Amino acid sequence: MTAPLIELHGIERVFHLGDSEVHALRGLDLRIGAGEYVAVMGPSGSGKSTLLNILGLLDQPNAGHLLLEGRDVTTLSPDEQAAVRSRRIGFVFQSFHLVPRLTAAENIALPMVLAGMAPRERAQRVDKALQEYGLTNRAHHKPNELSGGQRQRVAIARATIMQPALLLADEPTGNLDRATGDEVVRLLEALNATGMTLVVVTHDPALGARAHRRLMMEDGGLKLDTAAAAP
Amino acid sequence: MRPLDILGFARDAATGSPVRTLLMTLAMSIGVAAVVLLTALGDGARRYVVDQFSSIGTNLVIVLPGRSQTGGFSPANAVSTTPRDLTIDDAHALLRLASVQRVAPLAVGLSEVALAGRLRETMVLGTTAEYLAVRRMAMGQGRFLPEEDWGRGSPVVVLGAKLRSELFGADNPLGQTVRIGGRRLRVIGVLASAGQSLGMNADEVAIVPVALAQAMFDSNTLFRILIEARGRDAIPAAKRQATALIKTRHDGEEDVTVITQDAVLATFDRVLGALTAGVAGVAAISLAVAGVLVMNVMLVSVAQRTAEIGLLKALGAPAATIRAVFLTEAALLSVAGAVVGYLVGQAGAWAVRTAYPTFPAWPPTWAVVAALGTALSTGVLFGVLPARKAAALEPVAALSKR
Repeated sequence: MTAPLIELHGIERVFHLGDSEVHALRGLDLRIGAGEYVAVMGPSGSGKSTLLNILGLLDQPNAGHLLLEGRDVTTLSPDEQAAVRSRRIGFVFQSFHLVPRLTAAENIALPMVLAGMAPRERAQRVDKALQEYGLTNRAHHKPNELSGGQRQRVAIARATIMQPALLLADEPTGNLDRATGDEVVRLLEALNATGMTLVVVTHDPALGARAHRRLMMEDGGLKLDTAAAAP
Repeated sequence: MRPLDILGFARDAATGSPVRTLLMTLAMSIGVAAVVLLTALGDGARRYVVDQFSSIGTNLVIVLPGRSQTGGFSPANAVSTTPRDLTIDDAHALLRLASVQRVAPLAVGLSEVALAGRLRETMVLGTTAEYLAVRRMAMGQGRFLPEEDWGRGSPVVVLGAKLRSELFGADNPLGQTVRIGGRRLRVIGVLASAGQSLGMNADEVAIVPVALAQAMFDSNTLFRILIEARGRDAIPAAKRQATALIKTRHDGEEDVTVITQDAVLATFDRVLGALTAGVAGVAAISLAVAGVLVMNVMLVSVAQRTAEIGLLKALGAPAATIRAVFLTEAALLSVAGAVVGYLVGQAGAWAVRTAYPTFPAWPPTWAVVAALGTALSTGVLFGVLPARKAAALEPVAALSKR
């Protein structure tokens, strides 16, 4: 087994809805190795999106510890967590979350702009990414002038431009038709093949079946982990 | 994030929603334009009045017949006798005072001026050669009244520029004879055109020796005595000495009023200065209102862009960066509003000056600096709250909103 990139120990996440408490995650323990390809599946409300948010340091657990590359990141300040997100984690969203007033190239460059990278270095990396994702002739188009597949490719280029160790995808094909969705999945898998750890949350059994490891969630706990089930 | 990138990002965010940006710039610019234009009008009024008074002459002390008191009715006023007239001898006596440089007696009356059948009613000033220097007037043609005994009254006249052109047209008036009040007078000079001054048009008067004027109007009295003090510092002394001298000459009764131009000027200056400051204060309120509007619009903008803020956080932007971006945007909008407002205000002041050339409607520098400063500081100040709100958003909560 490869060295763990992520370790979850007794992660609890409780939401308060009026008077009632909702346990989105109940004492979750999980290890994900570097370079793994994991699909998180389960019905709505099973806690899979909450798990993804906690893995991406977008949400704080009420109890438990999250270790990223052996370092406890749950105790970091918000700005330190932001720095970790900037360098180590990439996000791909179902609804793309592109900034509508920025061009494709500017959207891809955004993480580097926020990190304060020099413009020359940014331009080089953006050019390279545009080429790799076949977006060179769409570089100066705004998101509303791009097709769904092109938008998601821009989003993936943006998520990977900082060369993160961990790529988190929340229903990356949810807003796309089957053919475009397949194309996006192949892109993500190609990235995984280069050693990037890939965690995909999905409803789609076909997409889930392609992952090397499947986590089935129910009621805030793991119902099935194919890695643990296999001998 | 690099400062230049923050600036670019804020600029794109501002231009990305043109209507919002336009309205905010408009609100801010109205505030600044109001301050610039209103203070220009207020300060213009102050300068107009000061200029008008200054044009009478400098270091001027004026003696008026009659005692004017501001104490209201009192028994002493009721029993006081009719004031004695001011006479040419009174004026002459004033010349002996140490603090006095020049004295010009002034007798005034209305009379008809006739030339070859052309008749015109005009104001006739009776005075002496010193009048020209005391009033700082200039000659257009010929010379002013001759230096002579004040009681003599040679049959000569100096005409105002407009009166000259009405009577003589393009002809040369020098040496010609006009009839004033039944006397034949030789035209020896024409005043340079000076325009309006305290409601009395110096271009429409005929000036004759004071003794001649008194004979014409059959009176011994003077309308005013104009005194030029030996300098600015000598004005109070001149006023005191003139009052005392006339009192002695009038059997110990203080029956004249001596006013100094400086006192009148200073009062107007104060009153109109206060008025300008008041108007500026009112206009400044509109700037504060604009500041509140900036805050409101930025708050709405934060609410609308929650998803974008969440994304920026997910992409690794620390709170300080988010704050900087929103503050910069508020500052940019304020700067734009301030600059536009300044230009509009200056254009308005220019329009007023063009429409009324005699009215010096220039906004005072302090008002311009204060307006721009207030605009920028309110914009940034009221931008802090929305910026902090944006920076405090939880990334996950922000992202799930669309």
